[in-house]
Amino acid sequence: MTRWLGLGLAVALAFALAVLLGPAHIPLAQLASSDIVRSLRLPRAVLALLVGGALGLAGASLQALVRNPLADPFLLGLSGGASLGAVLAIALHVTGPWALPLAAFVGALAAMALVYRLGLVGGAELDPRVLILAGVAVGAFASAVTTAIVSLSEAAQLRNTFLWLWGGLSGASWDTVLVVCVYFPLPVAVLLAAARPLDLLALGEEPARHLGADVEPLRRRVYLAASLLTAAAVAVSGVIGFVGLIVPHAMRLLWGHRHRSLLPASFLAGGALLALADTTARVAVAPRELPVGIVTALVGVPLFAVMLRRWTAS
Amino acid sequence: MDRELILDVRGVAYRYRGTAHDALAGVSLAARAGDFLAVIGPNGSGKTTLVRVALGLVAPHAGTAQVLGRPPAAWSRRALARVAGVVPQREDNLFPQRVRDTVMLGRYPHLSLWGAERAEDRAAVERALERCDALRLADRWLWTLSAGEYQRVRVARALAQEPRLLVLDEPTAGLDLRHEMDLFELARGLADGRGLAVIMITHHVNLAARFADRVLLLADGRPVADGPPGDVLTRETVERVFAWPVAIEAFDGRPQMIPLRKGREP
Repeated sequence: MTRWLGLGLAVALAFALAVLLGPAHIPLAQLASSDIVRSLRLPRAVLALLVGGALGLAGASLQALVRNPLADPFLLGLSGGASLGAVLAIALHVTGPWALPLAAFVGALAAMALVYRLGLVGGAELDPRVLILAGVAVGAFASAVTTAIVSLSEAAQLRNTFLWLWGGLSGASWDTVLVVCVYFPLPVAVLLAAARPLDLLALGEEPARHLGADVEPLRRRVYLAASLLTAAAVAVSGVIGFVGLIVPHAMRLLWGHRHRSLLPASFLAGGALLALADTTARVAVAPRELPVGIVTALVGVPLFAVMLRRWTAS
Repeated sequence: MDRELILDVRGVAYRYRGTAHDALAGVSLAARAGDFLAVIGPNGSGKTTLVRVALGLVAPHAGTAQVLGRPPAAWSRRALARVAGVVPQREDNLFPQRVRDTVMLGRYPHLSLWGAERAEDRAAVERALERCDALRLADRWLWTLSAGEYQRVRVARALAQEPRLLVLDEPTAGLDLRHEMDLFELARGLADGRGLAVIMITHHVNLAARFADRVLLLADGRPVADGPPGDVLTRETVERVFAWPVAIEAFDGRPQMIPLRKGREP
């Protein structure tokens, strides 16, 4: 119980900091009436919580699905597909507020469909090992094409593309928040409902089936829901690494492996972490802004190293 | 005498994709409440495949399997897991886990999707641990257990499912004498005391002969003999199937096999 309280406080604190801090100094008294807070910081903070939560939740679910603790939401080729979509949109000068997110989303979905098809062994069963290989292959191919396009494009475009690849929430608006709020509940509910059978899957396919899990439908549901979540996250905020890898591991250390608490905890902690990282990205080198993926990597990699040491020591 | 027929497998055949011959052909097996059956045979003779077919992990290419009168495909996996508990040969825990939590996994088929564990689930876990003499292990981490303790915990997990049928797939592989005997005694006790139908797959021909009511001997996926241990374990049959000279002696009314040294038959 105290752990949940602590996690709730962490989320509240991350949210408060995201609203309070920024390149523009806004006195506390004017916080509620400030346009910057209302139309920039607030939606951005909410979006950071939601996107970070989605990445944490998708990461925890995928680690159980592919039975690999090193899995993260982007392992299965989604980032490659999304990047390719986004870079294509930039290179073809497609404009409009939704052009980039839509192109990235379509790219991620295409990668997801391709990986899913390749992962179906004999056209019937979803084999997690084949899924990983297919994800890596599709990701590598997409990033080769992406690099080819980037190397042929002009300097200004190059910078835009590069920044997008490292993620950022600067495009956040209430519209984005609304879209995400409509889109997220279904895949989130599907993943949370898979918590118990995911516990069984940690034992392996055959033991899980003997204990009553419908392994095949479970794998499809979890793969599709986690991928759809990740695709939406990458569409609104680019490729933000490490949240989906680090957060589930940290939560396992605190909560244990049982997915009924691990999945919601990963959602909350992922949101808090991304909100903090985004605040850091905004204020660290103000008035300029760091891609948030760089912050999560700079914080995440040392954290991960410490956790790995603890893990291998015990 | 007519105890309830729980598992009824008749003449099943199965071939794995991409292989040239049948892993199983014409195999039958019937288990009633209170039966202790042993399935023996050389490596690769189809023992584990028989369990897969019997409990619907794969569909037979010929023949039928029925659990309580219905083919496995007609059961949901959850409903089937409330009838049949299996201790598989192999499994690995991806994440560290405590004994009580792993036994609680056996309650999955009884839990609702969102519902929390109820008092009756916790009670079933304690009962299962108690029956396997594993209560004192309840708070230990799995990776601190010895091989014998680990197997007892896995049996407890299957018992937490509160099944009518218990299938043990080579549960004594790698165990020392005491833990081997413990497991066989436990399985026999569950059949006699709780009326479970127990199917044990094992390489221990002699323990199978001592404990089981009936023995099914498989070779190359085909049934060689099926019946009381004394009928199945004859010298001629055992030598042919296991390709080694043996002597058969009677002990306690059951046949016991003694492998001979090559070229030094008495």
